[in-house]
Amino acid sequence: MTTLVPHTLHLTGRHVRGFLRQPAFVIVTLVQPLIWLLLFGQLFRGIVVLPGFGAGSYLEFLAPGVVIMTVLFSSGWSGMAFIEDMDRGVMDRMLSSPASRGAMMASSVAYTGFTTIIQSLVIVLVAVASGARFAGGVVGVLVMLVAAVLLAAAFGSLSNGVALLVRQREALIGFSTTLTLPLSFLSSAIIAREAMPGWIQTVATWNPVDWAVTASRSALSADPDWTGIGWRLLGSALVALVLTALATRAFRAYHRSV
Amino acid sequence: MHAAIQAEALVKRYGDVTALDGLTVDVPPGTVFGLLGPNGAGKSTAVKVLTTLTRPDSGTATVAGHDALAEPALVRRSIGVVTQRAGTDPQDTGRENLVLAGRLQGLSGTEARSRADALLARFGLSDAAGRVIRTYSGGMARKLDVAMGLVHHPPVLFLDEPTTGLDPAARAGMWTEIATLARDEGTTVLLTTHYLEEADQLAERVAIVDRGRVVATGTPDALKSDLRGDTVVVGLGPDDDPARATSVLRDAGAGEVTTEGRALRARVDDGAQAVPALLAALERNGVGVSAITVARPSLDDVYLRLTGRTLVGAVEAEVAA
Repeated sequence: MTTLVPHTLHLTGRHVRGFLRQPAFVIVTLVQPLIWLLLFGQLFRGIVVLPGFGAGSYLEFLAPGVVIMTVLFSSGWSGMAFIEDMDRGVMDRMLSSPASRGAMMASSVAYTGFTTIIQSLVIVLVAVASGARFAGGVVGVLVMLVAAVLLAAAFGSLSNGVALLVRQREALIGFSTTLTLPLSFLSSAIIAREAMPGWIQTVATWNPVDWAVTASRSALSADPDWTGIGWRLLGSALVALVLTALATRAFRAYHRSV
Repeated sequence: MHAAIQAEALVKRYGDVTALDGLTVDVPPGTVFGLLGPNGAGKSTAVKVLTTLTRPDSGTATVAGHDALAEPALVRRSIGVVTQRAGTDPQDTGRENLVLAGRLQGLSGTEARSRADALLARFGLSDAAGRVIRTYSGGMARKLDVAMGLVHHPPVLFLDEPTTGLDPAARAGMWTEIATLARDEGTTVLLTTHYLEEADQLAERVAIVDRGRVVATGTPDALKSDLRGDTVVVGLGPDDDPARATSVLRDAGAGEVTTEGRALRARVDDGAQAVPALLAALERNGVGVSAITVARPSLDDVYLRLTGRTLVGAVEAEVAA
């Protein structure tokens, strides 16, 4: 247990170095969300006349939704790094060394959190540059970052756990796409809750993606609902904890299968 | 002194495939021990069990004085592992890989850095220390893999097919390194290989593995001297009938005649004396000979004797399959 924190730091350092050494990858992770933001921002511009979108522009409504969707998609790929490590033999070397399993999971989560924060801030900056104004200010942005990191931790762990179970790129890609796309459209990421059919509203109530979007959007508004934000962040934190713990247990399944 | 590695009746199944079928080995400390056999014989599975990567279905294993099943964490501190796959991060530099490995083994930052530099120097990689592994040649990357296994001065080192894919010069360099480890540093090395020369050159003791079990153990010399006499290999001409040539050789006094394509292998007491008689007998019976060689028994002959297949043949059959 005493190795958890130092090992997490060393292993996170490795992930961050790898990220910085792939400039093309860095650019792609930043360009993709901007396409979402600017494309949807134009496509659904007129949607704000519908009830539930509030007083501002659609861009202001959309920005937190794109932040959370981006985080969801990126963290869904997290397990790919595990699979690369398996193919390369890094996984087996780590598992036959005293490297802490908890740290292997935690460092991946920390790294996903790191990229999440960069991506989120870039989206906010571009939205502001395009004319969006967030009444919630710096505090609102910080709350959104917390919501985004918690969601990233949950889905990053889930992706890692699945990677340890399936040990195959194709299977992980299938799992990740099947899960993340519906979850983002069963939330208020790009459309107001009031404009959804009733059954989707019900699903969204239990969807952690919607918790993150709703908490972020509320925190960025002029009149945040702090109680609602608090409960949703707490719920996200619990989901993240449970999924991280379960994913760490998946190392046992990996040990059995090699 | 206790054995550095002791495996007793290890059994490991993957579905219907029995990878280990009662494998037992005993490796004395400070020696290089070779597990010899074709791919699929169970060597790598044995290494996975002994390095705590997987658990056997039954059997016991003790490594560096610790029970590999009950105390895997203690075993992991005492072993270095170099597997067939790289195990290094291609995006990190040689030094970064070594320092990270050292930190995970519990070295302090200063210790890890100085150990990394010492190992880079020892393996002739100092100039490439700051380059990412992606840019390394196969031989350089392999040296770094071995260095990775040594960061924490492990008393027991596992090398799973350490020279597969290396060119002859790089292989010779690796052999020198491995020999030094055991001789000068007292490291116990368990080496798996399907190269006979490798086991013959490096290993003080060899266990021959076939279908998940050890079929013979001993020093390479002892294993070879169990085989009486010399091996004669006769290459047949294109029109010869191997069955007919076999019976001619038998009649002329050669034993254990086996056929492999257009070559016959036979055992005789004294090669130099037997060859003229064998050639004369073949000629008398109208069998054309394209080549004939006499060899002292090799580990390949030992393998053939024990398993009914030559090691080279077994490896080739797998490549074809």
